[in-house]
Amino acid sequence: MSFVQNFPFFSIILCLLCAVVTFVAGDRWGRRLTVALLSVSIVLQGCVLWFCAHNNISYAYMMGHFPAPWGNEIMAGVLEPLMALVFSVVMLLSVLGGMRHIEHDIGDGSRALYWVMVDLTLVSLLALCYTNDIFTGYVFIEICTIASCGILCARESGRTLLASMRYMVFSLVGSGLFFIGVVYLYSVTGQLLFPQLLETVGAVWQNGAYRPAVTIAVGLISTGLAIKSGLFPFHTWLPEAHSQASVASSCILSGVIVKGYAFLLIKIIYRAIGPAVYYATGVQNILLVLGLGGMVICSVSAIRARHLKVMVAYSSAAQIGYIFMGIGMGTQVGMLAAILQVINHALTKSMLFLSAVQLSDASQRHMDFPHLRGAGHRDPAAGILFTAGALSMVGVPLFAGFIPKLYFAQEAFSLGWQRWPVLLALVASTVLNVLYFLYTAVLIWLPQEEGCTCRRIKAHWDEKLPAFVLLALGLAMGIHSAPLTALLRQGFALFSRY
Amino acid sequence: MPNEKNLLRRWLNGQVDWSAMLEQQQTEPPKAAAPYEPHWDAADARRAVRRGQWAYTTLAVASCLLLALFLLLTVANLPPYGSDSAPTVNEVAQRYVEKGTEETGAVNTVAGLILDYRAFDTLGESFVLFTAMCAVTMLMNAPGRRRVRKLDQDIVDYYQDPIIRTVCKMVIPIILLFGIYILLNGHLSPGGGFSGGAIMASALIIYALVWGGERAAKAIPAKTVRIIVLCALGFYACSKTYSFFTGSNHLPSIISTGTPGRILSAGLILPLNVSVGFVVCCTMYSFYMYFRRGDV
Amino acid sequence: MNGMFSHLIENYQACVAVVLFAIGMCMLLFDKNLLKKVIGLDIMDSGTFLLLADRGYITGRSVPIISDGVTDMAHYINPLPAGLVLTGIVVSVSVSALMLGLTIRIYNKYHTLNMDALYLIMSNRRKGGRI
Repeated sequence: MSFVQNFPFFSIILCLLCAVVTFVAGDRWGRRLTVALLSVSIVLQGCVLWFCAHNNISYAYMMGHFPAPWGNEIMAGVLEPLMALVFSVVMLLSVLGGMRHIEHDIGDGSRALYWVMVDLTLVSLLALCYTNDIFTGYVFIEICTIASCGILCARESGRTLLASMRYMVFSLVGSGLFFIGVVYLYSVTGQLLFPQLLETVGAVWQNGAYRPAVTIAVGLISTGLAIKSGLFPFHTWLPEAHSQASVASSCILSGVIVKGYAFLLIKIIYRAIGPAVYYATGVQNILLVLGLGGMVICSVSAIRARHLKVMVAYSSAAQIGYIFMGIGMGTQVGMLAAILQVINHALTKSMLFLSAVQLSDASQRHMDFPHLRGAGHRDPAAGILFTAGALSMVGVPLFAGFIPKLYFAQEAFSLGWQRWPVLLALVASTVLNVLYFLYTAVLIWLPQEEGCTCRRIKAHWDEKLPAFVLLALGLAMGIHSAPLTALLRQGFALFSRY
Repeated sequence: MPNEKNLLRRWLNGQVDWSAMLEQQQTEPPKAAAPYEPHWDAADARRAVRRGQWAYTTLAVASCLLLALFLLLTVANLPPYGSDSAPTVNEVAQRYVEKGTEETGAVNTVAGLILDYRAFDTLGESFVLFTAMCAVTMLMNAPGRRRVRKLDQDIVDYYQDPIIRTVCKMVIPIILLFGIYILLNGHLSPGGGFSGGAIMASALIIYALVWGGERAAKAIPAKTVRIIVLCALGFYACSKTYSFFTGSNHLPSIISTGTPGRILSAGLILPLNVSVGFVVCCTMYSFYMYFRRGDV
Repeated sequence: MNGMFSHLIENYQACVAVVLFAIGMCMLLFDKNLLKKVIGLDIMDSGTFLLLADRGYITGRSVPIISDGVTDMAHYINPLPAGLVLTGIVVSVSVSALMLGLTIRIYNKYHTLNMDALYLIMSNRRKGGRI
């Protein structure tokens, strides 16, 4: 067994140890440790990804002296380290880009604990990416819930407490549904680890005795994870929570955490339940319909939003609808497109939040549209970033957002009854995206009013550089996405075989 | 309108002249449209809120019944209660029971299960507790609240009551001892770190309740609590790192399982129970102190 | 239908557990009082643990603590659900503590525990462009 294969485990333990040390070490050390931890995590996930892609293997790592089904295991192939790498990169760039706001928004006493929460969010996302056991998934989902509430309510001004209360209520409803789904699934199969669950669920479905129980269990698990991801009718917590948080927290919540739950759902579909049984239960049709609804209705809500961050948060909810549409399509290309959308949204949404807050800083911290007029002239770099993000969200070719939309549109033609609803929803949501994103992008470049006292503000390069790195990554994905797609196809092939 | 009631009565008595009434209505000029004045007084508002409340309550009860129905349909499809041929009675449970003592050294198979076979879950669970403690610390330490809220006196001062004071003086050490006993015997009998830690925490909470927050804060300072949590969680993470690393790389582990039934046995289970117990005790105690005063 | 009904009567503990779960979840989601939401969360989790513990029991067998050296599986119940319930209880306590902390802070700031009143305050204060 190669030493590189220990790296997923090392990154998880390193995060846990850093969190515990930061708890007593204080704010300055906490910040250094967190940035170092995120960088080390990027390197470790990159090594694992290279190792698994190069050798085309997917291996199970025993956590303890006992193999599955008696002991815990984590599994690493190509998709898991890739998603862990994307999450680590986005978290590092969000934290670096939002550092000034963290200093400003979060009081001295709470800042050390904020870094502890960021470390714990990272560990929960890594564990969700690598887990091979459904109950370990539940425990780390709960760590993610509490830690994300922590990074949300760290900010002391505004309406963060109410936003966090609502966020916790919905999150706990989702966790409760997930847990009872897991209990039902355990009652009819007797297994908790993914490989054994896959065989046993297949056998139980063939047998036919416990089919209603399996269907409802699968439905409960999917609904629980969909509520936590902010799928359409359950997205009401999303705009407040993502707009009230400090900017680094908004980027992490919107760009990374909701995607972690969606990726866990994809893993459960492929590895625990199996695509055949999952599509036979028909749950994916519900996810598809809700995803389509979210794409259209959340875009309409974004048009009606009066504050910039609320608008960006509603657009998050709409993009999450795309991901669930991809999951609900019921084909492997649909899942591939969903993961491309996950990567695209993680990169682009963080860039959008960072640039939106920088634009509002240039407009004396106002977030409403009349005050943002001409903000692009006051802070050109932020204006360029926001415009690029807007173009990517709309789906202009050359930007990252075009690739998943292309795959969705192509795949839609090979579907059955879903073809016309999917195509209509894609067109409708693109048009609505244009309405609110390009409107804002044009607004910030309008000439400023006469007598306006706002001047060009001094650009802080430590704020702008992470956002530009995100832009570069997004452009790389948009211009040359073939290697990424090949890697994803290899990952799905490894997913389907043990 | 009173006119209509009278109209009905008069018509029944045959006193209505319809043609005269129609003429009267035609000669009246059409009134100019009055400006719309919404009249909305407190009584109307209250009625509207109550109606909205009624609709909301109906929605809530209906969705509860729907969810319960849905879940009951599944229960109807589950294996029967207590059956020994259920899918859950399989090779997984068999190895835990039959080889549990031999492989982990613990007589209590559940302790062997959570601290050896499925130790990663328990590691995650301890960190859930740690995360919640950090989150509550962050919430309660916000500068909006003064560091220690000085109330002139508690609502009830338990220290003044001689019965409570005397009984607690005798009972707190016994509770603490009982908690430690449960903690140390986790691998031999029902118990373990979580239950033992909770019992120990209850002893500390009774102390803080009766002797007051200030004395408790002096006896158990915040820094001590943090250091204990750090050491306990750090020990858990490091020892489990060793255990997971040797396990997955198929290296032999130097920790032996000892003789089952003795208190110093079961490999790492006893030290892990102790560290988990300390984490639970410190966390529960700090929850209580934060909710009480805003500071530990 | 008849078979299903008698099956439900036979599994009555699981039925009670599931009804508790439904009641708790709807309290968590729909109730206006913040403290009642926390109570609903606790009831919901209790229902899940009851269901899980119920699934582990096997009639006629005893606690899975090896006594008298008898390691035959036919004498003991399934230990796995008990371990899962242990983990679940700790997780439930942690999230309840966090929700209670949030409730205390909200009460200190806004002096009300009613969600309707809180949303009224929130929409009144949403003035200007500053969030």
